[in-house]
Amino acid sequence: MAATQAEILEGLAEIVNEIAGIPVEDVQTEKSFTDDLDVDSLSMVEVVVAAEERFETKIPDDAVKDLKTVGDAVDYILKNQA
Amino acid sequence: MNSTNRTVVVTGIGATTPLGGDSASTWEGLVAGRSGISALEQDWAAELPVRIAGQIAVEPSEILPRPLLRKLDRSAQFAVIAAREAWADAGFTAKAGEDSSIDPDRLGTVVASGIGGVTTLLGQYDVLKEQGVRKVSPHTVPMLMPNSPSANVGLEVNARAGVHSLVSACASGAEAVGYAIEMIRTGRADVVVAGGTEAAIHPLPIVAFANMMAMSKNNDDPHGASRPYDKGRDGFVLGEGAGVIVLESAEHAAQRGAKVYCEALGQGLSADSHHIAQPEPTGRGISAALEHLIASTGLNTSEIMHLNAHATSTPQGDVAEVKALAKVLGHELDHIAISATKSMTGHLLGGAGGIESVATVLALHNRLAPPTINIVELDDEVDAKLVSTEAKPLPEGPVIALNNSFGFGGHNVVLAFRTV
Repeated sequence: MAATQAEILEGLAEIVNEIAGIPVEDVQTEKSFTDDLDVDSLSMVEVVVAAEERFETKIPDDAVKDLKTVGDAVDYILKNQA
Repeated sequence: MNSTNRTVVVTGIGATTPLGGDSASTWEGLVAGRSGISALEQDWAAELPVRIAGQIAVEPSEILPRPLLRKLDRSAQFAVIAAREAWADAGFTAKAGEDSSIDPDRLGTVVASGIGGVTTLLGQYDVLKEQGVRKVSPHTVPMLMPNSPSANVGLEVNARAGVHSLVSACASGAEAVGYAIEMIRTGRADVVVAGGTEAAIHPLPIVAFANMMAMSKNNDDPHGASRPYDKGRDGFVLGEGAGVIVLESAEHAAQRGAKVYCEALGQGLSADSHHIAQPEPTGRGISAALEHLIASTGLNTSEIMHLNAHATSTPQGDVAEVKALAKVLGHELDHIAISATKSMTGHLLGGAGGIESVATVLALHNRLAPPTINIVELDDEVDAKLVSTEAKPLPEGPVIALNNSFGFGGHNVVLAFRTV
């Protein structure tokens, strides 16, 4: 069953917490991965791989560069999940 | 003194070793003659020919935050922990620039490793085989590269004068300290964070060293396995950890009112060009390195009162080292208190020169030479008055201490420090 927008946000928050140590409550849709959440380009690859696994989706490298904010990632996953 | 021959001093020390999670606990263990060697209880060790090692006393996971642990190889984790201690010990309250007493453009790092991120390399290869392409960490390359410890310490302190990583096997840490002294002496930097780190306790390096017949197989007696100068020595015991010191121009240290442990006089270097892994039996290269040190620093050999020897507990190397020193120093060797601290820490490979620099600095600071443990029956070729199984006080007045490190490849490094 497909995840809801809220479930995806919650899941991403847990992933970002695991990888970058940011408290889950600070991972909000308007936050920039790089500027606000201490997720550099290398750690972003980790976030993407973890998200793919969790939400049974594929996020190709071309798409990753457009995922600037947590909201961008939530929207992409919502549209593309299996 | 002109700008190309400046006096260099030591203003900070840090370590994480098999004896303790910082330099104070490591020193306490060394002076007490405590062994940091233990049995490898991990499942992967059960079938190995060598099942003992000097394992770190305090795991990095107890100290560093999880996001940093994910991005750093274990060797860089040790280096960062030791460097943070040394940096704070030197009196810096924040990274360079934020702490206005140090200009980032005048700060360097030289932190070496003999092997680099070998556990990352092998661990990620396992991930590739077992979990597939997508699961290999994007941090793999910056974790496994041998310059990673120096680069990460550089990021920690905001070093911009130069971030270097010298690789010369078991001489790496000492060569790093020597290079750092030169950076300051010749005016390239005012402060350099320098030392060595190693994290190679993994089945492949252990088996590889064991197959070279280089390691002790005294699995039944971990505490007694590393026994430099003892007749029964049968090879080195692998250790892990890091030792880092803060080197500084005497002028810069005085300007900011820093405490000074000792002077770093300089280094002597040579190469054997004899065999890729065997020590040259006459110790010709070791004598040459010591001669180079004496010539380049003009030090007074009668002030040399202490040596932290390379002495890894191999049958050939330990005696060759003492003979080579005797050849240069003659009767002046008689007043030198020799310490083989690897008897307690094991051999940290590229980390050895780092932690042994810390030990040498503290020996001068406390005027106390650590013991050499596990000498039950002294090798006939080593003079009994040179080594002691108890800590030995060093005399008052000016005292010079040497720190020797030699590496596979025929690298010979002798460092000299002097009381202030």
